[in-house]
Amino acid sequence: MSQTESYLAHKGFKSWALTMDHKRIGVMYLVTTHLFFLIGGFLALLLRLKLLSPGPALFSAHTYDVLFTMHGAMMIFLFIIPAIPSSLGNFFIPLLIGARDVAFPKLNLFSYYLFVSGILVILISLVQPIDTGWTFYTPFSAENSAAVTTVSFGLFLVGMSSILTGLNFIVTIHTLRAPGMTWYRLPLFIWGMYGTSVIQVLSTPVIGITFLLLVAERLFGVGFFDPAKGGDPLLFQHFFWFYSHPVVYVMILPAMGIISEVIPCFARKPIFGYKAIAYSALAIAFISFLVWGHHMFVSGMSTTAGVIFSFLTFFVAVPTGMKIFNWIATLYKGSISLDSPMLWALTFIFLFIIGGLTGLFLGSLATDVHVHDTYFLVAHFHYTMMGGTVMGLFSGLHYWYPKITGRMLDERWAKHAWWMIVVGFNVTFFPMFILGMQGMPRRYAEYPAKYHSLNVLATVGSWLLAVGIVIMFANFIRSLNRGAIAPANPWEALTLEWQVPSPPPEENFEVIPTVTDWPYSYGKETGDTRGK
Amino acid sequence: MASKEKAGKGAPVAARLGIWTFLATELLLFGGLFTAYTVFRITYPDLFHQEHLKLNRLLGALNTVVLLTSSLSMAVAIAAIRQGKKRLMQAGIVLTLVLAAAFLAIKYMEWTEDFARGLYPGSNLFFGLYFVMTGLHGLHVIFGMCVMLYLVVQGQRNRFSADYHTPVEITGLYWHFVDLVWIYLFPLLYLIG
Repeated sequence: MSQTESYLAHKGFKSWALTMDHKRIGVMYLVTTHLFFLIGGFLALLLRLKLLSPGPALFSAHTYDVLFTMHGAMMIFLFIIPAIPSSLGNFFIPLLIGARDVAFPKLNLFSYYLFVSGILVILISLVQPIDTGWTFYTPFSAENSAAVTTVSFGLFLVGMSSILTGLNFIVTIHTLRAPGMTWYRLPLFIWGMYGTSVIQVLSTPVIGITFLLLVAERLFGVGFFDPAKGGDPLLFQHFFWFYSHPVVYVMILPAMGIISEVIPCFARKPIFGYKAIAYSALAIAFISFLVWGHHMFVSGMSTTAGVIFSFLTFFVAVPTGMKIFNWIATLYKGSISLDSPMLWALTFIFLFIIGGLTGLFLGSLATDVHVHDTYFLVAHFHYTMMGGTVMGLFSGLHYWYPKITGRMLDERWAKHAWWMIVVGFNVTFFPMFILGMQGMPRRYAEYPAKYHSLNVLATVGSWLLAVGIVIMFANFIRSLNRGAIAPANPWEALTLEWQVPSPPPEENFEVIPTVTDWPYSYGKETGDTRGK
Repeated sequence: MASKEKAGKGAPVAARLGIWTFLATELLLFGGLFTAYTVFRITYPDLFHQEHLKLNRLLGALNTVVLLTSSLSMAVAIAAIRQGKKRLMQAGIVLTLVLAAAFLAIKYMEWTEDFARGLYPGSNLFFGLYFVMTGLHGLHVIFGMCVMLYLVVQGQRNRFSADYHTPVEITGLYWHFVDLVWIYLFPLLYLIG
């Protein structure tokens, strides 16, 4: 086997199913998670279609409950949490730090199969599909007849996969950096992934035990969450959000990492405030563990606790704001080229500012009472998760597509898709802010006629969004064979993955590189660099 | 292969960091249970006191001794292989395995006794916690036994030496953690006030 042979050279099912190459495992995650993105997106289209009419239409209210539960659970657990870390993280962490693979390649493959077995278990539950919402609140989830036990077990497996992936990354980043790759020379994507992995490792076990307790509740009748037996449903919410709040940063930190790579490259300027961006990732990871109570302001928590959680929630916005300022400062006076990765990165900044600031409305005690569980919240988290994470993911996909596949994307179609998605996204979700302010509650299959027109607008937006996504995926698939052959470094980027051929050889580096500089000395042509 | 190449140098460091990270997850997994315990014990102090009297303290104490001894034999195994004493290592691990099995046997007796007296996980919150906590701990003991069995087989094949014994060491760390969890479980469940 020659050293320079592409990692894609070997063909056949076994060469993929038994691979320990982090790149192939990354690609397998990429395909699996995006499959669920498309399915989950299709379910969302059905939901929006139903909401076109205020009254009963299309399917029953129960089916509506099932569909929004499946949409939420699929998008959260099977797509957005693993989407960037397990796929792009797996593929690029070793390449970016100058390593040949992750620290534990076998464990990496094992994690993938845990993920797949979790998915299979969850699919079994479709016999009696759950209608609890993705939050599984007790006592409803403990008492209803749907297959909550099966889903809990499936998600437990998915969670274990997430933990082991995070563990693998932490150890990889600590032990396998190339000579000269000091912590302050690490690409910022790595800092983001490091923060992500810490959250994955420390928060996922808590949802694990929560699901186990829920199963114990259902199978053995232990009453931890059942008031009739002296238990406390609020305890479930505390456990659930102790995981599920930090995990929104598992979703966003890797996306922020991607943005930190793309912005300096396409602005041809050194990143502004490297250390601030790096440490803000760790600060976000740390503070994220202390804010879970803001999901429970109206659940019957004490006012004192509410005030503290509200304060901490505002606090977590500080490092997030720092990042945004740093990216904008990087753009200032840069030589900006608007290639598709950059378009997505700028979209991320724009939409995430809206998503982030509306989060502060929800984090304030008084306004939260008004907008809690309304469409305002739905709009907020779609602006952060889809407008933030998914736009960051798209940026990363367009940025790294040439490296992963060895082909260039069709830039024209990439931009058509971009227009459609950005317009469609805003037309779909912006009306929801207004609907929420007007008091329309989430999770209802029917609604009063006064909310009709904005709902129609949102549904039309969802169609534009869908068309844009289809164009984008068509471009991804079509370019696999028809795209122009990608050079090693089409964006003239400075990080290590671009210094090897596209697609990279199986061993990544023929010789492990020695690193002498940080990867952001852009703008040498104009003499405008940090000059290290 | 890339992985082989790495296994030479950085592997012990990586494995040790890996197992400590893993133990951090385990800590938070059990942390959920300890939180639930704290909440309910503060809410229902009388129930906890009255119900815990139904547990068999003698068997619980015996199990503590058994598990502590198994940690000792595990430590002996690690110290032995560090000096290249392979047979002593094998003996240490086999003894740990036997003690772990004894622990489970005693636990089994306790649970049978409880069931016979009509004490089930659904009986009340204390017994709910008791069964879930000791049950999850028991699963960890079983998992540890599987790993130790693997170590014994590998040891028979002469895989470990003074130079290479990372698997033994990280299994040891795991086993001490399992022991440590029990050290907290025992007073919290058996020795309330």
